[in-house]
Amino acid sequence: MIVLNGTGVSSGIAYGKIRFFRHSKCAVEKISVSDTDREIKRWREAANDASSQLLEMAQRQEGGDAADLFETHRLMLRDPDFVEAIEKEIVESSVNAEAAIEVVGKRFSQMFSSMENDYMRERSADVDDVSNRLINILSGSSEQESGVPTSPVIIAADDLSPSETVLLDRSTILGFILINGSKNSHTAILARNLGIPAIIGIGEKLARELDGRYAVMDGSEGMAVIDPDERMMRELEKKRQNENAQKRRMEALRGKPDVTEDGKNIKVYANIASPADVKYVLENDAAGIGLFRSEFLFLESGSLPTEEQQFEAYSSVLKKMEGREVIIRTLDIGADKNAEYLGLERELNPELGMRGIRLCLTRPDIFKTQLRALYKASVYGKLLIMFPMVAGLWELIDAKRICREVREELHEKGVAFDENVPIGIMVETPAAALIADDLAKEADFFSVGTNDLTQYTLAADRQGSALERFYDIAHPAVMKLIEETIRAAHANDIWAGICGESAADTSLTEQFLKMGADEFSVSPKTVLPLRGAVRSGKAY
Amino acid sequence: MEEFLYTVCGMEGIHARPAGQLAKKAAQYKSCVTIEKDGREATTSRLMALMGLDIRCGDSIKIKVEGSDEHTAADGIKRFMTEHSI
Repeated sequence: MIVLNGTGVSSGIAYGKIRFFRHSKCAVEKISVSDTDREIKRWREAANDASSQLLEMAQRQEGGDAADLFETHRLMLRDPDFVEAIEKEIVESSVNAEAAIEVVGKRFSQMFSSMENDYMRERSADVDDVSNRLINILSGSSEQESGVPTSPVIIAADDLSPSETVLLDRSTILGFILINGSKNSHTAILARNLGIPAIIGIGEKLARELDGRYAVMDGSEGMAVIDPDERMMRELEKKRQNENAQKRRMEALRGKPDVTEDGKNIKVYANIASPADVKYVLENDAAGIGLFRSEFLFLESGSLPTEEQQFEAYSSVLKKMEGREVIIRTLDIGADKNAEYLGLERELNPELGMRGIRLCLTRPDIFKTQLRALYKASVYGKLLIMFPMVAGLWELIDAKRICREVREELHEKGVAFDENVPIGIMVETPAAALIADDLAKEADFFSVGTNDLTQYTLAADRQGSALERFYDIAHPAVMKLIEETIRAAHANDIWAGICGESAADTSLTEQFLKMGADEFSVSPKTVLPLRGAVRSGKAY
Repeated sequence: MEEFLYTVCGMEGIHARPAGQLAKKAAQYKSCVTIEKDGREATTSRLMALMGLDIRCGDSIKIKVEGSDEHTAADGIKRFMTEHSI
């Protein structure tokens, strides 16, 4: 029994024969030539052949990611910098076309070497792919059909190029184990899409002589075992059955309404942090977005995002959600976050400092820009605006006044927007929970931010790992505040939802339903498990 | 010349595939399309240079469009980028 460890990039358990993927890569021989015109002609013919090969492959894929990839490789072949560099190399070094392509391909790959590892690998993988295709054509070797398995196997390789990955017959792959590889490579993405396990970065322990041996792999643990003993097999077989049963239960929930056993409609929504996350929301069949953290625009870039940039981000999410509710939380950053351009003073205790709605009310310029972008985007879908960190009634009243000013301003300019965008708040300070009755008269909805509410109620930092047993999301004090918030919401005819860690904890779902929670917002991957809990729970 | 700012929202930034999609889209117009990040720039026809700009998720880039159809092109490209989550 040999145990190999790497990084799991796609979960699942597979058992089968290992098959080493043979790259159809030709060794390049560098030859000095005197007739460089002939080599240039050979290279140009090879580029034409490669182009028609790629075109044909793209057409065979009938759209999708693979077709896009081949199209991109075709354009890379025609990149004037690449073409010019190869022809120059042939002429100036008086070498054969193969050698020139290899040298130039390497040089372009190196252009990416200043980037972070994963980014670099992905970009150079495509350049290498294109160069190899040209070299294979020039040396007369056929398409990479060699080494393609016909019966289901675990595919082992040092790494797989993007085009090798998309050309694999998907029905013959049980899983991937790679010596190198990167987290966002085509191989990892394909594995996740197919729902089969993949492990990368195993290293040289994954040796070629293991070809043909039996192995069992566990993608979530990043572990592969060659010639597993019986105990190991039994253990993993049990885990596999559990995972499969769980997966089937989740798949069965796709498309099902979020209704409790006793008939109450619940909104099961997803959290996102950037427009790119919308695809996970749709993949996991969430009925809406319950929390779009707008901070991403404000971090990462070294300056305040413009109204235009914000508008683009908000409207793209609204469009993609096609009329389903999208709750966007206004800026929630403070001195602890890396946004130096805000010029905030360093604070001893940023969690209790200038953050959330406090920052927005202190810097109305930033707040108004965001609100303008939000209102302008509101015509593209169903937008709801939510303020974070409210502790006092006046804060909400003031923030609403600023919203009104923005609306009036847009009116005067004749800009179209949705007049009735609901405005709600996060209930995440004990103060807000205790005055929920007053707040509910001004707000259109509540969303209980359970992480911060727990931290502020118990005075326990949720980032401190030593405090773990003191930071209790189900503490009776926290639960009482949540219950009171929901009661006050309903007494004033508005809805109340739950977000944060406890919303995803299905052992608490029933309790929240009983309190009357109307909505839950969780990370996309917990939408289906939560739907299961909601559908088997009772609200009354 | 038309120009606009854009925040890249694709998870892996502008790597080969999105660069290719962008190049293909830009080729539909007569205008020349240049992408700028941190003072470095590349036209969309120079795919490798575009990949070499190291544009990542969350980066702010400037897109410059110059030519007889620059107005339509800028609009079309912006819409394309948003719709394709580039």
